[in-house]
Formats: sequence, structure tokens, C-alpha cells
Amino acid sequence: MSIPIELNEKDCEFKAIVLDRVPTANLDMCLTCGTCTGGCPASEQMGMDPRKLVRMVLFGLDEEIKKHDWAWVCTMCARCFWECPMNIDIPKLVYNIRSSWPRDSRPKGILGSCDNHIRAGNAMGVPTDDFIWTVEDVAEEIRESSPEFADMQVTVDRKGAYMAINQNSREPVTEPDELGPLWKILHIVGADWTYPSVMWAGENYCLFLADDQGWKYILEEFVYHIDNNLGCKMVVNTE
Amino acid sequence: MRKFNIPHKFEFTNIITLYAQWIRQGKLKVNSDWNKDLKVKFTAQDPCNIVRKTLREQMADDMRFVIKTIVGEENFIDMVPCGINNYCCGGGGGALQAGYPEQRRAYGKVKFNQIQNTEATYVIAPCHNCHKQIEDIGEHYHGNYHVVHIWTIMCLAMGILGENERTYLGPDLASLGL
Repeated sequence: MSIPIELNEKDCEFKAIVLDRVPTANLDMCLTCGTCTGGCPASEQMGMDPRKLVRMVLFGLDEEIKKHDWAWVCTMCARCFWECPMNIDIPKLVYNIRSSWPRDSRPKGILGSCDNHIRAGNAMGVPTDDFIWTVEDVAEEIRESSPEFADMQVTVDRKGAYMAINQNSREPVTEPDELGPLWKILHIVGADWTYPSVMWAGENYCLFLADDQGWKYILEEFVYHIDNNLGCKMVVNTE
Repeated sequence: MRKFNIPHKFEFTNIITLYAQWIRQGKLKVNSDWNKDLKVKFTAQDPCNIVRKTLREQMADDMRFVIKTIVGEENFIDMVPCGINNYCCGGGGGALQAGYPEQRRAYGKVKFNQIQNTEATYVIAPCHNCHKQIEDIGEHYHGNYHVVHIWTIMCLAMGILGENERTYLGPDLASLGL
């Protein structure tokens, strides 16, 4: 699977770009020990592995790196980073390879989910009204069918609720019955909680797309809504 | 929010941290009595994003405390390696939607082998991506396990899991406590 590397007069432009964005990436520190590669389930996929990737960056094989699809097979799980004796931030390197792709050429599935999130507040792209309708419908069903939960409260945008809880959008959209168990637990402990209507979903496909701008926009909208409209003291991630 | 230095007034936490707190405070009265005789075996996936990449050992410990409380310590089997050193399931980083299914499944084979080696029949996956990926590799490689959320087993343990809330349970637990 290995391809001999031809070292001409290469500039390490991409390395400089990454180090500029992530000064603590330590890319020059690689000892080629291979700890990253030995513990990486994506090693050998598409003839690539983390150590090889770092080598290629250091050799200035910028074009080869940027066009290699492996950046989308690595899951940025960060196991390599935490095991690395030299603290080389390979996940951030991969993130920057992803972000070097023209936005429209990045994988369509991830791109679509990120765009949906920016537009509709969730990766599935469902309108907020549909989310609210589903939540109220499922809650009503539980209240009617289970007497012990007859006074169970499920709200969206209840001002002053102590907690704002997010939810992976696949739950309300494709498997709404999965919502009930969490609500029952919250009811039993007497949690004072609500769903936010703005950026209510727990997933983050703009992170996966390496779209800083989209990611930042989602967070800013979310934070503004929680702090200024709802005043919740706590935000709870459900995954 | 840390990445972009966005100021915010609220505290940020995870539901698993809260489950652990509520159990310790006695607000959430749940135990593993339901599984004393059944002895259904469970393992759990440490999601990279909440364990290795953010809350680290604290989250790994809280998650095990919660799971052992609801399934019984003797019925919980960890994968090797686990916790902060766990392997990613292969569904992270958007892989489920990245369009490289062959590579995603080859990646997931590592996780599949880990799960099968525990001989557990249920995998608790407290992350939607992990849940979907572990289910997919289980089908693809013909595994002997089901994949469930924590809330499903917690409600099952408390006897409040509705009939329509059992999609992910196997036939052995599908009607338990109804």
C-alpha cells in the first residue's frame, strides 16, 4: 500500500497554516514512534494512517494530503492525541484538512446536516413548529395512558426554567417514543426543565464539517436564546 | 463555546452527570433488583466526545456508577480497553453521513470484536451516533447484542417503561414489567 515519497523542493505551507491556527499542535515534534497508528482503528484504511499523515505534512506534501479522503474516515476521536508522547494534535490537524476542502466538495451528508442546523436549528431540518407539536403530542399520550405521569410537564421555551435540555433531533423526528423515558426520569426527580426552541438539537454536524463559521453561529444563537430569552441557569446535553 | 470564547451565564452539564447526582442524592430511587435472577449482561460504549475529549475520568466513572446501579455490578462487563482509552465506535466525526460505509464498517470491526469479547447481550450507548453505528456493525457482522440508551434501562429498572418505548430491547426484555 505504501507509495514512495518524492521530496523535491517542498514548502511546508499547510504545516505553517495549521500551526498558525493551532500553535499547540506540536507537528514538528513527531518521533515517528507509531503509537498513534497502533491504536487507531482507521489505520490502513485507504492506505493511510496518522503517523503517515503527520510525515506527509512535515514533508510538505500539501496537495496529496488535502485531496486524500482519509480525513473523512478518521473520526477525530482523539485517541492518538491522548496517547501521543509528544502531544501532537492529530485530530485538529484532520479538522484543518477537512476545512481546507472547498465547502461544497465536503461530504454531502455532513454538509446537508450542518446547513439544516444553521437554517432550522437541527440537523434533520424539521421546522420548530413540528418539533413542538411532536413533543406535545407524545407528552399528552403519556399523560393519558400512564396515571402516574398524569401531571408530567413537558415544555418548550418556558422562561425561568432552571435547565434547558437539548435533544438529538433524530429522536423527535424518527423515533419520538424514545423521548418518553427521559421525561419520566426528569419528572420523577422533580427537575425544573424546558426545551429551547432555538438551536434545540444536541448534535453538531458543523463541527464534523469543519465549518467554524456555521458552528459559531449555532452556538451564538443558542447562547443568546438561553441567556436573554429563557434565563436558564443550566444547559444539559443528553448525549 | 470554549473554542470560540462565547461568553455565557449558564453552567453546562451532561445528563449522565445528573443521573449520577440524583442517584447519590436519593432523588432517583433505582436499583438492579429486576436483573438479580435474569442476570442479563451489559457492556457500555464510552462516547469519545463526552469521555476522552471533555469530561474524562469523571464521566467514565459516573457512567459506570449509573449503569452498575441499574443493571447490577455483577452484570456489567467492560470492554478492553475502555474509559478514556476506549476505541471510537467508528460512527464519530460525521462518519455515518460521510459516505464511506466500507471504511466505516472496517473501522467498526475493532469495536465489534471488543463487544463480542465481553459476551454481553446489551450495549449501552449514551450517544446517538455510537448507538446507530454499533447497531449497524452488529447487523453487518452478525453480532449477538442489542443497543440501548441509558434511559430505557433506567425506566425498565423502575418499572415505568411503556410498551411503545421498547424498540431497542430484545425479546428477553420486551415485555418485562408490563
